[in-house]
Amino acid sequence: MEIYLPNSAFLGNIDPFLKKIDFSDGTKLNITANKKWISIHPVVLCMVAALGLNVNPNNITCEKLEAKSRHYLQRMGLFNFLNIKADKEIVEHEPAGRFVPLTRITNSSELTRFITDIIPLLHLDSQHADSIKYVVSELVRNVIEHADAEHGAVVSAQYYKKSNTIRIGIVDTGVGIKRTIDNAYPTKTHLEAIRLALTPGITGTTRRIGGTEYNAGAGLFFIKSIAKINREFFMIYSGNAIYKLLKGKQELKHIALYGDPFNDRHSGGEDYPYWKGTAVGVDISLSKTEEFSILLDMIRDTYIKTIKERKKEKYKSPRFI
Amino acid sequence: MMEIKILKLTGSFAENKDIARDIRLTKIIPALDANDSVILDFNGIDGATQSFVHALISDIIRKYGIDVLDKISFKNCNETVKKIIGIVVDYMQES
Repeated sequence: MEIYLPNSAFLGNIDPFLKKIDFSDGTKLNITANKKWISIHPVVLCMVAALGLNVNPNNITCEKLEAKSRHYLQRMGLFNFLNIKADKEIVEHEPAGRFVPLTRITNSSELTRFITDIIPLLHLDSQHADSIKYVVSELVRNVIEHADAEHGAVVSAQYYKKSNTIRIGIVDTGVGIKRTIDNAYPTKTHLEAIRLALTPGITGTTRRIGGTEYNAGAGLFFIKSIAKINREFFMIYSGNAIYKLLKGKQELKHIALYGDPFNDRHSGGEDYPYWKGTAVGVDISLSKTEEFSILLDMIRDTYIKTIKERKKEKYKSPRFI
Repeated sequence: MMEIKILKLTGSFAENKDIARDIRLTKIIPALDANDSVILDFNGIDGATQSFVHALISDIIRKYGIDVLDKISFKNCNETVKKIIGIVVDYMQES
């Protein structure tokens, strides 16, 4: 496999990075990077780390990197994660950095511990902590419960001062969304499966409205809604498909939530290199974060409306002869 | 009447569905089956996920019917927790 880290890869401009990944020969991983500097979304880092977990460390090569890039990757824990050595000692330049280095989570108790730890690492106040904890918990729990991923979830997050945003990546190399959704809703394509997974009340565990005792099919809809209400990016990549919720326009005061994710302003498609598993990236702005309880009112209305519509689809019609 | 203090079991952010299921199976259901009422005390809980609340009460509503809420009270909930519980109760009534 070949992965090239460009000088910039965030959710808004991630497509060229993704399209360049070469997944052939899964026994080797060669990491190259922009010579001058790199600035990347945590989801990119998580993807590299998740790929590396499936490769013998002796078969991972990382070209000699310039100081700044090497420092960043070291600080985020990539070399430790992949069990490869960085070529020089790294001096911490930013002790007050607000980031969560690459972390692997394989079970429920590790997740609970992780959620407690990330809030002080990101220096979040309680107003913003709710959304972040919510997003991380629901996404990682999806991996633990549905992904059947040998290495669990690879998670990382970072605060970006310039945009006052927390960016989060959660990645696995499990069965992917299509296989999970297909258990209850057979789909033809990965994008169709992602669309269903983002629809309120749809879960791969049952076709019954209201879900099972354990799953309601609400998690991803909640997270997409949190991103939308905050006018931020949200990306989900599985198989050969990507759904990317685009950043909302600031000047629009009213934000509408939709049960069908295709009604949201989005991009993506089905012509990406095949990611075996699921990669999710989400941005949460600390400047615009709506009060979490207000956000829940909006989510509730859309959720209930969508459930009602789905229920109505099952109504029998009178047969007039 | 059985009172269950959620904080002791989950910490201040209630998100662990395995714990929610345990509370349901080992505490709430036996109390209801004994015709007892249940108080779920969320004192000290800053937030909860929809998944947690779903795993805690959805199956009870499905099995016992919505009137089971006459026997379950939610105590000391902050605004966020109230809303999450409200969402789950609402969609279970629609299903």
